[in-house]
Amino acid sequence: MTVLLLAETHQGRLATDAVARTLSALAPLGEVHVLVAAGDGAEAAREAASLKGVAKVLLAEGESLRHGLAEPAAALVASLASEYRHIAAPATAFARNILPRVAALLNVMVLSDVIAVHGADSFDRPVYAGNAVQTVESTDPVVVLTVRTSVFGAVGRQEPAPVETVAAVADPGLSVWIEDAAVVSERPELASARIVVSGGRGVGSKENFDAIIRLADKMGAAVGASRAAVDLGYAPNDWQVGQTGKVVAPDLYLAVGISGAIQHLAGMKDSKVIVAINKDEDAPIFKVADYALVGDLFSIVPELMGKL
Amino acid sequence: MKILVPVKRVVDYNVKVRVRTDGSGVELANVKMSMNPFDEIAVEEAVRLKERGVASEIVVVSIGVQQAKDTLRTALAMGADRAILVDATSDVNRDIEPLAVARLLSRIVEAERPDLVIAGKQAIDNDMNATGQMLAGLLGWGQATFASKIEIADGRAVVTREVDGGLQTIGVKLPAVVTVDLRLNEPRYVSLPSIMKAKKKPLEDRTAAELDVDVTPRLKIVRTVEPAQRVAGVRVASVDELVDKLKTQAGVL
Repeated sequence: MTVLLLAETHQGRLATDAVARTLSALAPLGEVHVLVAAGDGAEAAREAASLKGVAKVLLAEGESLRHGLAEPAAALVASLASEYRHIAAPATAFARNILPRVAALLNVMVLSDVIAVHGADSFDRPVYAGNAVQTVESTDPVVVLTVRTSVFGAVGRQEPAPVETVAAVADPGLSVWIEDAAVVSERPELASARIVVSGGRGVGSKENFDAIIRLADKMGAAVGASRAAVDLGYAPNDWQVGQTGKVVAPDLYLAVGISGAIQHLAGMKDSKVIVAINKDEDAPIFKVADYALVGDLFSIVPELMGKL
Repeated sequence: MKILVPVKRVVDYNVKVRVRTDGSGVELANVKMSMNPFDEIAVEEAVRLKERGVASEIVVVSIGVQQAKDTLRTALAMGADRAILVDATSDVNRDIEPLAVARLLSRIVEAERPDLVIAGKQAIDNDMNATGQMLAGLLGWGQATFASKIEIADGRAVVTREVDGGLQTIGVKLPAVVTVDLRLNEPRYVSLPSIMKAKKKPLEDRTAAELDVDVTPRLKIVRTVEPAQRVAGVRVASVDELVDKLKTQAGVL
C-alpha cells in the first residue's frame, strides 16, 4: 500500500526537517510518495526526492498553491487520494489547516498528532493535552493523519527518486492571500531545535525577557515561553510552548521562571533533558526536571551566560 | 449578518484529568465541565461583532448530551441570541467525532443560513483540531483557521492567522468558516443578571436522528493510558554544578 505525504513548503523551500521526521514515522506503512504543492516547487521537489524512503515525488505548481491556502491544496490532495491508502503530513499549522478538509472531502476521519504507528490502521495519539494517550483503530478506507514530528527522528539521504509533475486543480477562488508577516529569525526553529530556552511569568517583564533571548542566542537555542509569559505580553504567541502552543522535544529544555502549569508541561515533557531554574522550590516544574536549580533567575541567568 | 457558533462541553481547563485504570478512558464522572476555552473566544468574537453592529444575530449550537444545555446557557449569557442543542448521545463518556459533528453542523447551517461560522480551533479534550476545517470542506465554503484578528467588510472576512513562524493574513469570501486562536480576544466574565436573562432566551432541541446523520465512530478507541511519567531528577546547588552536570553527566552541552 502506498502513502501520500503532503510536504510542507514555505516560499518554494521544503521544510526538510519536518518532512524527514514524518517519513520516519510513516516507514512501517509502505512506499511513500511525497506531494510538493507550491507556486514554484522544483527545488523543494528535488530536496524531497533525496530523502530516504521516498519512492516518488509528485510536483504540483500553480498560483493558487503559492501560499498554502486550504481550499486549492485540499482539492488537489483529494483529487489524488484514490491511489492511496494513507494520506499524511507533519502536524504543523500548514497541514492542520489542510488535512481535516481533505478528510471531510473524502468522508473519512482525520487522526491528528500521531505519536506511534502500530500498523496500517492502528495509531497512538495524545488527548487532553498529552495527559492521556489513546490507541485508536481506524475503520475508514483511507486513513488521513498528521504526525507529531518531535517524537520521531529524521530519515537520512538517498539517491534522488523520480519527480513527476501533476496538474493543480482549478482554484475554487474562495480565499485570497493578502500578506505574510513572517518573523525572520537567525535562531533555530522552535519545533526542531536541539536546545530550547524558555521563560515564564517569573521573568517579570518584556524587558527582562531579553536576558532569556540572550541566553538562548549564546547557546544556539530556540526561544520558548509559557502561556503566562505570552498572555502578559513578554513574548510573541508563536514562541508559546504547551497545550495551546507548540509541542517540543529538544535534547535540552531550559525552563527559566516557569512554574510548570499542566498546560506547559504537556508541551515539553518529552524533552530529553529538562533543566528548571525557579525561586519557588515547590514549583511543579521541578517534578519533571532532571536538574533543578532553586534561586533568583536574575542572578543565575547572567552567571550562566558567563560560564557557557 | 448572522453568525453561527458551535460550542462544546469539555472537562474544565483547570482540572487535572485522571485516566481510568482499566484503560477505558478518562474519568468524567463528578468532574467539573465547562465550555471549551477556544469556543468561549469564538462566542466572545461573535458578541463583539454584534456590539459593533456588524452582526445582527448569533446562534449557538452544541452537539452531544443533554447536559450541554448548560454550556449553551453560558453562551447565551455571554450575548448569543438563541441556542440549538443537537442530542447525539445519552452517554456522557462518548465523544462525538469531528466528522459527525461537522456533518450535523452542516445540516444546521443549511437550515439557518448563517453568513459566518466562528468556531474554536480545537477542543481541549480530543485535541483533534478538525471540526471547522471539515465543516468548511463539507459546505464547499472558504476557511480561515487559527484567527488572531477578524475584520468583516465588502462580503468577505479579512483574517490574520497564527501560523508557524509568524502571521498570515488572508481574505475569505462569505459565507465562510473561521476558527479562532487564543490571542483573538479575552472572553468576558458572565454576570449573574445576564445568566438570569439568558434563561428566557430560546433553546431549541434537535436530534442527530432527525437530522439524518449517522454518528457511528470511524475511530475505535482501543485503550486510553497515562503517558510515561518523568521522575524528578537532582537538585544542583550552583550554576557551576549545573554546567558541570550538563557537560559530563547529561552530555548535552
